[in-house]
Amino acid sequence: MTDRQRQIWIDRAAVTAAWIAALVFFFPIFWMVLTSFKTEGQAIQVPPLLIFEPTLENYLEIQDRTNYFKFAMNSVITAFGGTLVALLIAIPSAYSMAFNTTHRTKDVLMWMLSTKMLPAVGVLMPIYFLAQKFDLFDTRTLLVVIYAMMNLPIVMLILFNYFREIPKEILEASRMDGTSTFNEIRQIVLPLAWGGIASTALLSIILCWNEAFWSIVLTTTDASTLTAFVASFQAPEGLFWAKVSAVSTLACAPIVVFGWMAQKQLVQGLTFGAVK
Amino acid sequence: MKSLRNTALGLAVGVAGASTAFAGELTIATVNNGHMIEMQKLTPEFEAAHPGTTLNWVTLDEGTLRSRVTTDITTKGGQFDVMTIGMYEAPIWGSRGWLQPLEFDAEYDVEDILPAMRGGLSHEGKLYAAPFYGESSMIMYRKDLVEEAGMTIEDNPTWDHIREVAKAITNKDEGVYGICLRGKPGWGDNMAFLTTMANSFGAQWFNEDWTPALDSDAWQEAVTFYVEMLEESGPPGSEGNSFNEILALMNEGKCGMWIDATIAASFVTDPDQSKVADKMAFAQAPQKATTKGANWLWAWSLAIPAGTDQAEEAMDFIEWATSKSYIELVAEKNGWGNVPTGTRQSTYDNPNFQEAATFDEAELKAILSANPEDSTLNPSPYVGVQFAAIPEFQAIGTAVGQQMTDALAGNITVEEALENSQAIADREMKKAGYY
Repeated sequence: MTDRQRQIWIDRAAVTAAWIAALVFFFPIFWMVLTSFKTEGQAIQVPPLLIFEPTLENYLEIQDRTNYFKFAMNSVITAFGGTLVALLIAIPSAYSMAFNTTHRTKDVLMWMLSTKMLPAVGVLMPIYFLAQKFDLFDTRTLLVVIYAMMNLPIVMLILFNYFREIPKEILEASRMDGTSTFNEIRQIVLPLAWGGIASTALLSIILCWNEAFWSIVLTTTDASTLTAFVASFQAPEGLFWAKVSAVSTLACAPIVVFGWMAQKQLVQGLTFGAVK
Repeated sequence: MKSLRNTALGLAVGVAGASTAFAGELTIATVNNGHMIEMQKLTPEFEAAHPGTTLNWVTLDEGTLRSRVTTDITTKGGQFDVMTIGMYEAPIWGSRGWLQPLEFDAEYDVEDILPAMRGGLSHEGKLYAAPFYGESSMIMYRKDLVEEAGMTIEDNPTWDHIREVAKAITNKDEGVYGICLRGKPGWGDNMAFLTTMANSFGAQWFNEDWTPALDSDAWQEAVTFYVEMLEESGPPGSEGNSFNEILALMNEGKCGMWIDATIAASFVTDPDQSKVADKMAFAQAPQKATTKGANWLWAWSLAIPAGTDQAEEAMDFIEWATSKSYIELVAEKNGWGNVPTGTRQSTYDNPNFQEAATFDEAELKAILSANPEDSTLNPSPYVGVQFAAIPEFQAIGTAVGQQMTDALAGNITVEEALENSQAIADREMKKAGYY
């Protein structure tokens, strides 16, 4: 076998492996969508049905029982709001840590990241009481704050890494011209790290969108997001697989479409450096 | 936390609008069960009859509902005006002043509520929750398989007979298992069933001095019987099965017998979801040393938290949702076969209901035979059939449930499971100051 032939075989194997991995990841989504068009009886059938007469009854019942768009709008506002707040805090913080590094910078970053190791339920009661005290219970404001705080360590870490790749010489040159710190961030750092900031924002939006714990615990009717919407369709006594599949499909659809549209930026931002 | 507070304040007028409930808007926490969903659909009927009051529904899964309403009530959060709670919570929370006592007018006819339900939801004679639908447990079985095996199942058969029938109708080659029982850990899951089974073997959770009694011979015998029977005739993976998993198996014709909530009868006899709808029959729960406590008693009920500002409107809602006229309204909309059962004698007396529900007699008999105040062979200090109505039980029941699941999965022996359970219960009870 020549080197060229070997290379062709390696390429084919890699492509096959990639397809298998993609199918494995895609299968649960396919199954969820398929189940959403079954009746509850068909959904539990063994062996599982692949060919059946599809029904829209689950979607119609969801429509009948709840206001999907209210939940979806809450998800959009809290995911984008949380991300915006996180970026507003993280950009200046990451800037100062990336360009004014001290011997404690690494420790500070590690400390911030370590807060992600704390189980969310560990701070449930303090947050619960704070929400009550400030009359923020069941408000989108509360979720925006929680989501921003929840994602802040990761957003900050990623931005720190992007900013660090910007050559300090560029900033020094601008300082020689007398640029203020604010303008330095606005006119030099942000344009150079724009791809990284966009992909970080996308990642944060996805994390916020999928967050369930806080959304279920801290909202009742006004600020509930799509994850709380999905959870509400579980039934202790009675079959619910088909309905929950339909609800999950509706909850996933916007973020899947959003992710699909933004996949180029997401992959580029996560794989390329700030100035490459 | 300081940064969180500052940010919260800073954002209070920020990206999203805050809103609070206003007078006349009732927030009701409930579970996603069929009868509750029907109640939500009938919201316009209530709102039309009560102008100025609107209903907001918060539907949660059972576990989340419990933790949410518990947190809300203990922190006086005031998020909910009406709560869906069970028979375990009602007397405990009532005794602590967390719930408002319910007083109805003559038209409501409180005497029509089944005495077992009234008793289970009261503390010192005061009703703290009104039952929306109630249930007991009973045997649901495939009469075709039992007849084919040349056997019968009468009311309150012995556990030995049930084991024999289960063996006889099991056909593992065709994927048909003689008996399906709950195995998933949880005080309301496997322990609800196992407690009734243990009761019938003469066991109990606590002795009269509140010391745990899980090291008794009766518990040993009951749990060993349960594990062995499921090994012989149960489906694989029983340790992961709860109500819905078994319902799916039953409806697919994979189980010969199921001992569980009477509400399941309405699902397994529904031809739209069950392949064996016309082959089902029912009998009262099995017994060994006694029939006392052999079948459980539960009610999904509506209660008013003490912290609500809208007690009057909440009371109006509860009165509407648990009334005779509500049951008639559901019957008018969906037929008598779909009304919430297990609460009122008048429902069972109704000839239309008797005609529509094939399981009505068995269900009523099971509910009437359950007595939470006398559910064990030997005297015990607690109230409750499948639980002990004390605050500590939830933690103890769940921890013991885990041990039972481990024993069923073969990770530990029944002896070890009960030894561990006794130690867990002993520690909790001592910590709580019972002795």
